[in-house]
Amino acid sequence: MANITNTPESAGSNLMARALREAFYAGLVALGLFVLFVGLKTDQNILNELVLVQRWGLLAVFVAIAAVGRFLSVAFIRPYLAERKASKASAGVKEPGFVTRNFSMIAVAILLVYPPIMVAIFGFQGSLKWVDNFGIQILIYVMLAWGLNIVVGLAGLLDLGYVAFYAVGAYSYALLSSYFGLSFWVLLPMAGIFAALWGMILGFPVLRLKGDYLAIVTLAFGEIIRLVLINWTAVTKGTFGISGIAKASVFGIWSFDVSSPNNFAKVFGLPMSSAYYKIFLFYLILALCLLTAFVTIRLRRMPIGRAWEALREDEIACRSLGINTVTTKLTAFATGAMFGGFAGSFFAVRQGFVSPESFVFLESAIILAIVVLGGMGSLIGIAVAATLMIGGTELLREMEFLKHIFGPDFTPELYRMLIFGLAMIIVMVWKPRGFVGSREPTAFLRERKSVSGSFTKEGHG
Amino acid sequence: MEYFVQQLVNGLTLGSIYGLIAIGYTMVYGIIGMVNFAHGDIFMLGGFAALIVYLVLVGLFGGIPIALALFIMILVAMLMTGLWNWVIEKMAYRPLRGSFRLAPLITAIGMSIALSNFIQVTQGPRNKPIPPLVSSVYNVFGISISLKQIIIVVVTAVLLTIFWYIVNHTPLGRAQRATEQDRKMAALLGIDVDKTISITFIMGAALAAVAGTMYLMYYGVIVFTDGFTPGVKAFTAAVLGGIGSLPGAVLGGLMIGLIESLWSAYFTIDYKDVATFSILAIVLIFKPSGILGRPEVEKV
Repeated sequence: MANITNTPESAGSNLMARALREAFYAGLVALGLFVLFVGLKTDQNILNELVLVQRWGLLAVFVAIAAVGRFLSVAFIRPYLAERKASKASAGVKEPGFVTRNFSMIAVAILLVYPPIMVAIFGFQGSLKWVDNFGIQILIYVMLAWGLNIVVGLAGLLDLGYVAFYAVGAYSYALLSSYFGLSFWVLLPMAGIFAALWGMILGFPVLRLKGDYLAIVTLAFGEIIRLVLINWTAVTKGTFGISGIAKASVFGIWSFDVSSPNNFAKVFGLPMSSAYYKIFLFYLILALCLLTAFVTIRLRRMPIGRAWEALREDEIACRSLGINTVTTKLTAFATGAMFGGFAGSFFAVRQGFVSPESFVFLESAIILAIVVLGGMGSLIGIAVAATLMIGGTELLREMEFLKHIFGPDFTPELYRMLIFGLAMIIVMVWKPRGFVGSREPTAFLRERKSVSGSFTKEGHG
Repeated sequence: MEYFVQQLVNGLTLGSIYGLIAIGYTMVYGIIGMVNFAHGDIFMLGGFAALIVYLVLVGLFGGIPIALALFIMILVAMLMTGLWNWVIEKMAYRPLRGSFRLAPLITAIGMSIALSNFIQVTQGPRNKPIPPLVSSVYNVFGISISLKQIIIVVVTAVLLTIFWYIVNHTPLGRAQRATEQDRKMAALLGIDVDKTISITFIMGAALAAVAGTMYLMYYGVIVFTDGFTPGVKAFTAAVLGGIGSLPGAVLGGLMIGLIESLWSAYFTIDYKDVATFSILAIVLIFKPSGILGRPEVEKV
């Protein structure tokens, strides 16, 4: 474009020359980056001393991948993307199809029939993995992310210590059920209330803080809760955690304990299997998720929800209009924390075991990443992000066939978090506003106009 | 009294390491307003680079003098992490510049996860112990000061002086401060903003690498998760001092180091991090923009 006299051929050869040059530099940089960390490996010998193992072949592979990747990117992928962008800009806007319009309804319907389908395909034992590791695991993160979404997505308060409330919920259930023998259905609301209380306790000191100051104090709060759980061994049993947590029952009518007389399988005369409990838990967490979504959707239409969103967009304007920012922030923290507490007590019931290991900062980071990757404030986007990120990393556990390609020493699980981290970066660079990026105003005059992304600033706390 | 002074010395050493890392946080925050969460892992990377260089040196020349070895370790680690941070900034943060606030934070968290797991995958998950590099201990008025503590404090002081000079008295420093104040205006006045930001990342990484080498020398062991706790402490230090302020970062680092060692000495070691974080929260309640931070004036 810049040089009109260029014929297409010379432009092509220029491009190739540039691609080759950039590939060379990329290889050089990759060599510099990886020479110490990939080329050499520190290993312990029999005397327990560190020795170096040389892996120049692997280093060569890394460098080659970087160079070839750069070459392909400059020579082919970028021109293709530029072309596609140009053609896309000229095309008109498409009407959303049936699936897009009714996405949430279809998703809920699929989730409702998910366990029976899995049982039909894999049998009771085989379905355990799919219902438990995928279904329940993903839904827990969906619920946590929806809970955090109230704080970060709606109220715009950056919370890096959300896992603290999850921990409070889990430990409330674990401790109260093992010390006082209370049932799940009594403790579920109590766990929520406790977590909400802790949300208020965190909320008070941070009312004046903004942005990154808020972020670091919430992070510190999460760490404090975890450290107390580790060190207060008299109550929490420290790093050993609390095991043998009682199972939940179907509203006290049917139990899932094998020894109890009203055991679910016995009452209905079914063969014994642990799958019933998992399927019950699946529907339980699904119900909790739907409750979270319902409350969020309803709250957004209430004055408090409107106040949250106003707070996110502009705190000064919000205060000028007479909105009490203190109660607004506190309710956001408390409501978000309450759902974290619900999820926590569900987590304790599902694992039967809680330890401080489960409530590290990484969990907060994952939940926050899901909220942001999903497009803050969008419930569907967040659910999609949770499914992709958590389901994707769970899938890596199943990649046994990779062992046949890379040899028996290859353990895909080792690469799980590495790939998760890289995926976070790639998705963010690719779609900075998340999967569902366009936010629509909830309050509008006469007609709904979409808000241009550049007009709104989000997450400034 | 001697016990108290002894703890002060220990706290000062620890605080120097935190201060060196905190400068990286505070500079990057000052210049592009983003919390570089991966900075703690850059520090860990620096420690690992120093470890591997040390092993290479010992393998090639058995009886290399320790002073020379340390010098080469620091130098290579600085170059190495500088290169890493340069590439990271270019690939992961630059495309998101001008995007909304949380986007770079999320990539930084992703980068932090990726870096620590990269080291776990390539170097193995176990602790990496090395024999003590420097072991002499001096006794001054009943207080034992080890040579490594002296090295740490002296190296930190020298680096901070160099650094302070660069930021305040060189064209590069002027470009950095200009970019920090108003990026668009700086660009209009002919400052290469991208280059300045890159250099800031490289400088922060180099200081983190020095901190990593010092950490390796002081504790004699490093593991792939070591980036997190010192990283969070250094971030805490930067915020405590007032994020964006260079003297604040050093002051915050020293404060955190002192709080930690005094608390462990007089109360219980179990709750030292709880104490650190609680003091952070209390300070921020009364001074919401840190000790030396300027209160933000909001223009409407």
